[in-house]
Amino acid sequence: MAKKLTGIEIYKLLPRTNCGDCGFSTCMAFAMQVAAKKVALDKCPHVSEEAKAALGEAQAPPMRTVTIGTGDRAWTVGGETVLFRHEEKFHRPCAVAVRFGDDLPAEELAAKVKEASGLRFVRIGQEIGVNLIAVEHRGGDFPAAVGIARENTDLPLVLICEDPDTMGKALETCGDSRPLLYPATAGNLEAMAALAKEHSCPLGVRGKDAEELAQLTPKLKELGVEDLILHPAAESLAGTHAELVRLRRLALKKTFRPVGYPTLAMVEGDDPFEVAAQATAYICKYASVVVLPPVGPEVALALLTVRQNIYTDPQVPLAIEAKLYEVGEPDENAPVLVTTNFALTYFTVEGEVERSKVPAYIAVVDTEGLGVLNAYADDRLTAEKIIKTLKEYGVMERVRHKKVIIPGLVAVLKMEIQEETGWEVIVGPEDAAGIPSFLKNEWNPN
Amino acid sequence: MGVEVPDVKESFPQAIYTVTIGATPEDGGTRAKVVTVGGETALPFHTFEGEIPHPPVVAMEVWDVPGEDWPDVVREPFSEVMGDPGAWAVKCVEYGADLICLRLVGCDPNGADKSPEDAVQAVKRVLETVGVPLIIWGCGNPEKDNEVFPLVAEAVKGENCLLGTITQDNYKTLVAVATAYGHKLIAESPVDINIAKQVNILAMDAGFPLEKLVIYPSTGALGYGIEYVYSIMERTRLAGLGGDKLMAMPILCDIGKEVWGVKEARAPREEQPEWGDERLRGPLWEATTAYVYLMAGADILVMRHPEAVRATKAFIEKILGRQG
Repeated sequence: MAKKLTGIEIYKLLPRTNCGDCGFSTCMAFAMQVAAKKVALDKCPHVSEEAKAALGEAQAPPMRTVTIGTGDRAWTVGGETVLFRHEEKFHRPCAVAVRFGDDLPAEELAAKVKEASGLRFVRIGQEIGVNLIAVEHRGGDFPAAVGIARENTDLPLVLICEDPDTMGKALETCGDSRPLLYPATAGNLEAMAALAKEHSCPLGVRGKDAEELAQLTPKLKELGVEDLILHPAAESLAGTHAELVRLRRLALKKTFRPVGYPTLAMVEGDDPFEVAAQATAYICKYASVVVLPPVGPEVALALLTVRQNIYTDPQVPLAIEAKLYEVGEPDENAPVLVTTNFALTYFTVEGEVERSKVPAYIAVVDTEGLGVLNAYADDRLTAEKIIKTLKEYGVMERVRHKKVIIPGLVAVLKMEIQEETGWEVIVGPEDAAGIPSFLKNEWNPN
Repeated sequence: MGVEVPDVKESFPQAIYTVTIGATPEDGGTRAKVVTVGGETALPFHTFEGEIPHPPVVAMEVWDVPGEDWPDVVREPFSEVMGDPGAWAVKCVEYGADLICLRLVGCDPNGADKSPEDAVQAVKRVLETVGVPLIIWGCGNPEKDNEVFPLVAEAVKGENCLLGTITQDNYKTLVAVATAYGHKLIAESPVDINIAKQVNILAMDAGFPLEKLVIYPSTGALGYGIEYVYSIMERTRLAGLGGDKLMAMPILCDIGKEVWGVKEARAPREEQPEWGDERLRGPLWEATTAYVYLMAGADILVMRHPEAVRATKAFIEKILGRQG
């Protein structure tokens, strides 16, 4: 098992001449910076190849990153550094794949591949979609099915076939498109490794648990295949969940290199609720690739949203675009509500306005992703800023009532806005939950 | 040649508090059965390294007034019973509810403004018709809740209900009546782990035992801030298992109320054709929201749609390894 090297250990591998060519005055100072991962070893022009190899191995990230496919649609997974997103963040959103059997009639397969590739949605300004199309050998003409899939999608493929000969024939139709080959098992290891190497493809490895996988990966590495994705194929959801947790811990907490790779989970069944349940568990807990059975837009939208949410960087306040939003079809009598561009605040306000069934304008002030109280405390939600925002959006020209509703939590801004503009400022509820009754009972454009 | 795989099992110094809701006649109540949550010594569903003695449970929501703003998809399963909290509760139990969460929405002064006596009637009606334990949730208006709960808590004396919610600004009345009449409490905080802890401290300082609290960290629907709550729940659970006595409570998620307010659950297909059929999409959004919270450590889920409830309960069984 490789360990992280200390500054002293790195120092021993350096020329120890204190030449200063690296920019540091001593080799020791440089070694300390390398150990802290603040500087790369190759900043030292005199370092030996042996030292590089020793360090390269030790300094390699605990989980490899692996890219499936090429070009715009290529998807990179792995490289994760934490077990819980609050510790830092999850770095590379897991790939969502949809799989089809090669036993489907050609036309049906073509249509379904097209349909699955089109499962794309826009949420909070981001496009989210299915990333991979998997073709599974189920006794049909596998190479032909792979060819059909390629013609009908621009997404990278996952080729699921245990027989290396059939896999090899299918690969002939794939050019250098780098599909994920799956599965390498104890039974076909060498032949699959040869195919992965020849076509420079990432390779999915199947074993029932961490122990079995840890036997297979060193052999694959020896055969020259290192872009691996591990599938712990336990018999149950409970078992697979347990193995995914173990693999992540082994990779990150023990730097146990034989399983320092991204992971894959297969979702089984056709009940949409069950498919969503398994996939949600795997997205939350540590699958880098989740392979779904064919799903409709309902399941796809839910799961792609789970993925988007779980992989959101918790260190960055989630902000939406500051602009004028319309709920329903607001006319000249519609209320104008002011809020912040913290996504959670905005979506809560929007939801409550929708619930009120009163068409309205929501004028979003750019508070740099802060909620109402934080923004107020930080001078990012001021009377001046609200006035400027409303003027910029020209919203007061769209309504005839010249009234504006501000959040109840910043009631204190009322007089200043009113005196500055002559608009009538109405103090709204402190909690968004009060918006429906406020709009129904208290709002009056006249 | 064998590769030796290091052991990565983890153990924690403290178990989550075990909280029982409801009381049978021998314990001074009238419930046919009680519900116990908490007691886990491991992260969610980590049965390979600790005990999960009491799996998560599902409470279904009943109101003291009809759910006017419930979309059709989730109204239909209850359309014949929405006028009667008792009949409504019976329906929920038929659909698999482990508990009833009676929400006194009708008491809201900005709504039907029902009296505390009306609330007592609704509570008693539910107690008569079903044998499962009760969560009783106020209308959310602090002044009104403080008028309603003294009467309600007394009327259900000995039933060991879970009452909610206390917040950092409004906890004294509820703490007093829960203590006097033997109930448990839901401690609410606005997606803020520090305030979550603060509410627990306030309740403790007012003389309420920590082991009788359930944390409600606020809930966001899938797609609407769920990740914030998810991480707060994970941090809370890690702190609790790690030995922080102020954070070792079971966690409640109020799923149905949030989910059925968002457009992914509500919008009819005509409005959002690319999103598919709302008859599947709505319940699926609710179930998927529940799945995410279960992975973060939820012990009690408050839900609405029968299909989502069924699926959530099936998921809990499966990920615990109790069925295929």
